[in-house]
Amino acid sequence: AEVEETLKRIQAHKGVVGTIVVNAEGIPIRTTLDNSTTVQYAGLLHQLTMKARSTVRDIDPQNDLTFLRIRSKKHEIMVAPDKEYLLIVIQNPCE
Amino acid sequence: MEIVYVYTKKRSDFGRPCNFSERAAEVAVDIAPDPGAAAAFVPRNPVDAHVQHASDMSEHEVNTERVEVETRGVNHTEGGWPKDINAHEMEQTIRFRKKVEKDENYINTITHLGTLMEHCIKQNNAINIYEDYFGEEEMAEVEDEPPSAKTINVISKLMSVFGVLPPKRDPNITKRTATHLSWHPDGCKKLAVAYSSLEFQQNMKDMSFDSYIWDLENSNKPELVLKPSSPLVSLEYNPKDSHILAGGCYNGQIAYWDTRKGRLPVEVSTVEFSHRDPVYGTIWLQSKTGTECFSASTDGQVLWWDIRKLSEPTETLVLDVTRKGLLENALGAISLEFEPTMPTKFMVGTEQGIVITCNRKAKTPPEKISGTYSGHHGPVYALSRNPFYPKFFLTVGDWTARIWSEESKESSIMWTKYHLSYLTDGCWSTVRPAVFFTTKMDGTLDIWDFIFKQNDPSLSLKICDEPLFSLRLQDNGCFVGCGSKLGTVTLLEISSGLCTLQKNEKTLATAMFERETKREKILEARHREMRLKERVRSEIRYEEGKEEAPEEGPAELLERVRSDFLEAIEAELRRRERAEAK
Repeated sequence: AEVEETLKRIQAHKGVVGTIVVNAEGIPIRTTLDNSTTVQYAGLLHQLTMKARSTVRDIDPQNDLTFLRIRSKKHEIMVAPDKEYLLIVIQNPCE
Repeated sequence: MEIVYVYTKKRSDFGRPCNFSERAAEVAVDIAPDPGAAAAFVPRNPVDAHVQHASDMSEHEVNTERVEVETRGVNHTEGGWPKDINAHEMEQTIRFRKKVEKDENYINTITHLGTLMEHCIKQNNAINIYEDYFGEEEMAEVEDEPPSAKTINVISKLMSVFGVLPPKRDPNITKRTATHLSWHPDGCKKLAVAYSSLEFQQNMKDMSFDSYIWDLENSNKPELVLKPSSPLVSLEYNPKDSHILAGGCYNGQIAYWDTRKGRLPVEVSTVEFSHRDPVYGTIWLQSKTGTECFSASTDGQVLWWDIRKLSEPTETLVLDVTRKGLLENALGAISLEFEPTMPTKFMVGTEQGIVITCNRKAKTPPEKISGTYSGHHGPVYALSRNPFYPKFFLTVGDWTARIWSEESKESSIMWTKYHLSYLTDGCWSTVRPAVFFTTKMDGTLDIWDFIFKQNDPSLSLKICDEPLFSLRLQDNGCFVGCGSKLGTVTLLEISSGLCTLQKNEKTLATAMFERETKREKILEARHREMRLKERVRSEIRYEEGKEEAPEEGPAELLERVRSDFLEAIEAELRRRERAEAK
């Protein structure tokens, strides 16, 4: 129930295009986008997050990745990583 | 006499460490010079002796292994599901998902991540960090960098395609000229090059007939090999359908290929109805079906074809300037020009140095030839209209390049100086109205900016030592490919100064062209007046001169001219002597 609320709140924000929750194996648990897009985002961003995390820890082993933001021409992809799950939000920044 | 020094040692003493001791020098042998033997020798004076103090160097060759690159695709499918769950079964996946969602860890994590995410989203919504904070700053300074061009790629007719040569064969693969280049219409870095040997009747037995389509990412191996029945002299991509190419062969036939169907032509025109000479120009026409093209050759004919039916041309035109349609009087065509915005008119450049404009829609064949422009001393190798001002066109032939206006038929409005070598090809830049490119027989590529400087090219690059035969600019104006006599195609990227439109360029170019046309018109008018006056005067004189002495024959005329000339020279020499003496 709390989860529902949180995700609904996030989705309701201005400019948010979609929300995806992915588990450690890359399986999308919760998504507001269609299946093929979800699968694509899940697979690609999972790998990217792993890479980013290993980069951060390589440079400083005490450090860890807290948040990943990818700004592209069309929108911004935000990834909040955790040990087990991944929360991905795609937002259109207001301009 | 033998020089021998003997010392004896016991066998048991062999191998013992040597115990060296000093000893004074002893003369072992002394051979005095024998003056008698000197008579057999001749003294040598001077004696050459050389000394060199240089480091020892050795030569070593290394050849890196060429990397073979292949493109492959990857198919992504959904995965990651545990073994017992079939990813396609809706029920199972939903059940799995529900199970995960009940997990406590999940709830905690998501709540935590949710707050984090909201923070960032709100951040994004609050401030756009990428907005333009300072208004458009005017780029006041003009680009002062000197124009330059950079070679990106050199595609040379390679040996490795014929890599598996049987050892008995002559390893000298005949090098053929890259006669025509055509860029892929979508600009996606593909280039079709036609190779043939333009030397008269020089068909070697082992010369291959192939022409290639190259992908610039992979210049070691052609992307597609086209195998015509006779070498291709010209090759063009269909601007509407980028899979179709039309090619004109050395023996006069027209063939067309579909890149999806492979290397053999889809259809070839019949020999009886084709040209009798190599087809130097093939251009696609703008038509609804996108299947029409026309071709020109040195046999004096221009033929229109529909590629769906290549057995005979749809229309023919004989380039007879006297408008009688006789093939004997026809001029051989070397270049062809067609502008899609003017679909009924086209221009043909001939071997005799004349450019003929033709109107396709004329009723009778002789009417088709609407005008001629003569001004070159040799064949007009290239003909192209200015993409911004279609009334003005560029012709390249003999040692100059000339710019013509359609209105002034007597002479060109602007021309370059006479160069030392023949100009072989030229074209306008697609982005700047006053810039054009020319290639020469000595292997140089010239870029002319006519607003900036008219005496010399703005940039002259020596590409290779052999003559350059063909030139083609890509549609974006930044890349230019040139083909040489030995089959090497060089690709250059020109500096941005030469391929971006300057601020007032269009107005300046228009003004320049108008000015030159006006000048030509004035000159033309004056010439006409003078000719009229001459004619009137000669008529009057003829009337009077009927009673006078008979006209001089050619021999006497020659004598008189010669004596006049010598007198003029003498007078000049005398004047110069007098000036020097002062």
